[in-house]
Amino acid sequence: MTELISIAIVGPLVAAACSLALRSRPFLRDLAVLAGLGSAALASHIMLVAVARDGTHTVAVGGWAPELGIVLVADLFAALILPVALTIIFVVEIFAIGQRRTVWAANPELSGPLLCVLTAGVSLAFLTGDLFTLFVAFELILVSSYVLLTHQGNRDQVRSGMTYVVMNLLASTLFLLGVAFVYSATSTVNMALLAERIPQLDTGVRLGIGAWFLVVFGTKAAVFPLFSWLPDSYPTAPTTITAVFAGLLTKVGIYSMIRFHNLTAMDDLGPLMLMVAATTMVVGVLGALAQSDVKRILSFHVISQIGYMLMGLSLFTVAGVAGSILFLIHHMPVKAVLFLVGGLIENHEGSSSLDRSGGLARRQPLVAVMFAIPALSLAGIPPFSGFVAKLAVISAAIDRGGTVVVVVAALVAGGLTLLSMSKIWNEVFWGRPTEGPRPSPAPTRGQRTMHTATAIAVAGTLMVALFAGTLLDLSTEAAESLRNPATYIEAVRP
Amino acid sequence: MNGALLLAVGGLTAVGLYLVTGRSLSRIVLGYSLLGHATVVALIAAGGPAGRPPIAGQAEPEAMANPLPQALTLTAIVISFGLTLFLLALARRQRTITGDDLVEDDLEDRRIAAPDSLPGEQENQAAT
Repeated sequence: MTELISIAIVGPLVAAACSLALRSRPFLRDLAVLAGLGSAALASHIMLVAVARDGTHTVAVGGWAPELGIVLVADLFAALILPVALTIIFVVEIFAIGQRRTVWAANPELSGPLLCVLTAGVSLAFLTGDLFTLFVAFELILVSSYVLLTHQGNRDQVRSGMTYVVMNLLASTLFLLGVAFVYSATSTVNMALLAERIPQLDTGVRLGIGAWFLVVFGTKAAVFPLFSWLPDSYPTAPTTITAVFAGLLTKVGIYSMIRFHNLTAMDDLGPLMLMVAATTMVVGVLGALAQSDVKRILSFHVISQIGYMLMGLSLFTVAGVAGSILFLIHHMPVKAVLFLVGGLIENHEGSSSLDRSGGLARRQPLVAVMFAIPALSLAGIPPFSGFVAKLAVISAAIDRGGTVVVVVAALVAGGLTLLSMSKIWNEVFWGRPTEGPRPSPAPTRGQRTMHTATAIAVAGTLMVALFAGTLLDLSTEAAESLRNPATYIEAVRP
Repeated sequence: MNGALLLAVGGLTAVGLYLVTGRSLSRIVLGYSLLGHATVVALIAAGGPAGRPPIAGQAEPEAMANPLPQALTLTAIVISFGLTLFLLALARRQRTITGDDLVEDDLEDRRIAAPDSLPGEQENQAAT
């Protein structure tokens, strides 16, 4: 078990170093990247099986006591989310290899190693058991994301990269100040000890800390009104990079919020968070309706969907948190697939702008199907995974009562999501093909790789729908242990 | 808690935030490094009173300063140092492209916000 946790974090880092050293040998370089990402993904799947069977496992790094050193905690919540995240990165890297010869591709010499570093950061963020290591993991993710976003150095990327970098640097600074506040209030940064000590603080100090971290994690997760950096920056990066960012980065923010605010019992912030969630859902989807580019529409949907995850969490009930966890599991692959399909549209149409594409369904029926399934899932149409996840969140809200406004907002946002998805469908897949010069698409072999990777990812989203019952049971179990942190504390400090 | 340290944190944060909200990237870099200093001082202040260097054998454990915030601070300094460099590189790139280092508006946002270029109207114009 200790080995599995180490492989998930160290494996990608080793792969990053190897692929940098092998950067003049394309085949070996890609092999190193795929091996690093693949081994981490495999380790995380085995970890899920082991944790579901034997319960939480902790590693005290360097053998230090939890008050002093770093602990890594593989509890059910972490073990449930980690395989989804790492598998997505692996599939996206396969897609990136297929996309390589086109004008939209990322520079493989840089993007491979950086993707590995980002993966290590994601693993660390999910597995860490203390607040400061969470900060380091965020920085690991963000630093590689800054470079991935701006590495081609064209005008749009530098412009939007500036907003992205400055906004996230500010959030990181606030995070660190928050760590200082928490340390001076409780003399620890270990999550298990915080779960014991923060509920005993004065109400003012306790809620101050909770609200402070709501802002910090909220900026990372792009909730209203802290989302302005996201729709500007995501569409300018190469598709594969946007797919990873949209699938994972904001979700790491939500994950941290679910963990921190539940372990430290910030239930009193619930009403405020519910309001933020409702506004995020509606504002995000309204922003999407105004856009006329596939990647920009999808970026606004990232924001809107964050609202649902925040909504489940803000209920602070087992069913609500379980709904949020299930929504995370559903949303990460669906969002990544939609961006991959956006990449396929770019490849076949020469642009992801709605005005410059049309009639793709006739020429590429497979691409149309691969768009339709995750798009319907995103809008929450049965029998896809989005329906199950939304049902879990909304029924938890109805069970708790007093949440009429947020339930209505969730249903309205769902309808509007369907509307903007049908807008993409009408403009890109139906209608007449537009005329005009198109940059040459990827060679046939590259296209086949891209199609296969996307098809695997679509199959993955269908698996989430197929095993929704099992996943909801596991999510409920994870939510129970987050709501009652006794087992978590027990595991970290035997 | 030490009042002078708190005052330093407050002052550095205020000036840093003011600079970061500007449009010029070189000001933002300065503001970010001031904010970095503020967090470092805050972490040190959170560690309790000053004391002897926390090295085994050189002082009694009771007289030592708390070493944990110092370790955290060191990590934070390294990260903020690297990111300051990255910001400077970005500012330099922006200068090469546009001739200045000001943060620009998003053109796509402008286009969508402008009333004469709504997608529906474009189609109408194309039809007529």
